Amino acid sequence: MRILKILGWFMLIALVIIQFFPVDRNESREIPESDFMLVNNVPKHIQQKIEVSCYDCHSNNTHYPWYNKIQPAAWYLENHIKHGKDELNFNEWAKYSNRRKNSKLRSIISQIEDGEMPLSSYTLLHRDARLSNAEEKELIKFMENLKEQLNNQ
Amino acid sequence: MMNIKRTTNLFVIAVLSLAAISCKNSAEKDNAAEPMSSEMHQQETGKNETTLKEQENEIGVISNYLVIKNALVNDDQETAAKAGERLAKSLGEFKKDDYSSEEQQELNDIIEDAKEHAEHISESPIAHQREHFDILSKDMIDMIAITGTDRKLYQAYCPMYNENKGAQWLSTEQEIKNPYMGAKMMNCGKVQKELN
Repeated sequence: MRILKILGWFMLIALVIIQFFPVDRNESREIPESDFMLVNNVPKHIQQKIEVSCYDCHSNNTHYPWYNKIQPAAWYLENHIKHGKDELNFNEWAKYSNRRKNSKLRSIISQIEDGEMPLSSYTLLHRDARLSNAEEKELIKFMENLKEQLNNQ
Repeated sequence: MMNIKRTTNLFVIAVLSLAAISCKNSAEKDNAAEPMSSEMHQQETGKNETTLKEQENEIGVISNYLVIKNALVNDDQETAAKAGERLAKSLGEFKKDDYSSEEQQELNDIIEDAKEHAEHISESPIAHQREHFDILSKDMIDMIAITGTDRKLYQAYCPMYNENKGAQWLSTEQEIKNPYMGAKMMNCGKVQKELN
């Protein structure tokens, strides 16, 4: 019993200690000129849906939840966001070559089709980021149109 | 008895504080170590395939592409993944010096895109590998349009893949062995043209 008690204490202390480890926050006030919404003609409601469902991990600006202040949750989020931005950063859309835009659009479409994005671990706590079937279809159609425009250029 | 307890406690303290301190570091290290370990992996597998390693430039790129193609024909996710890793590396090492600046720009675009697909192939389940292989094949065709190829290649087309949107691939053989549809539709497709 005594060991358990001490163990508990040290877990608690360790948890307190890790709170002092700093985290890089993915926050930027300006929207760069290369942003997806600025270079494409995106209908308002689609823009809003993409920003709510995708931009937390796929742009330079994350709207952090309260638990981002707490370790180890903050590390977990930091890793996700870093990986997400590496794959696709909507803020840098215009900087991608047409070839890469095409690839990204293909991946966006297939990830939404397969229900892999937004991540279920994300929508679990961000209920507003979930996509209904109708919203999925609408987003896919929009992305497919964009891809076609790109190919016809 | 007391002593044993005390040492166990101390041990627990030490482990816990170490774990807490190293947690962040190890997360970073893991990331940093990834390319290293894949390189080591490369060397291991490379031993049996020194011929592959010796070949340079587009020869290495096309060889690795063809390994992925053959693996997908055989529904072999694992071999495709390993070759994806090697392809990403050979694309990274591709020498562009001999091309005009316009061609270099185009090659940069193609390589950047192809590398990303190769990396995804190295870490995805087979259905995703095939999706990336589809776009990768387009990149390879465009790349060969600039670099040419040292061997005869056939550009084949399967009209059924991706909900009848169709997909191309490159092969050294004229006979159709479809990398997209798995064993059931092995012979689906036709040769579009020969590349030399």
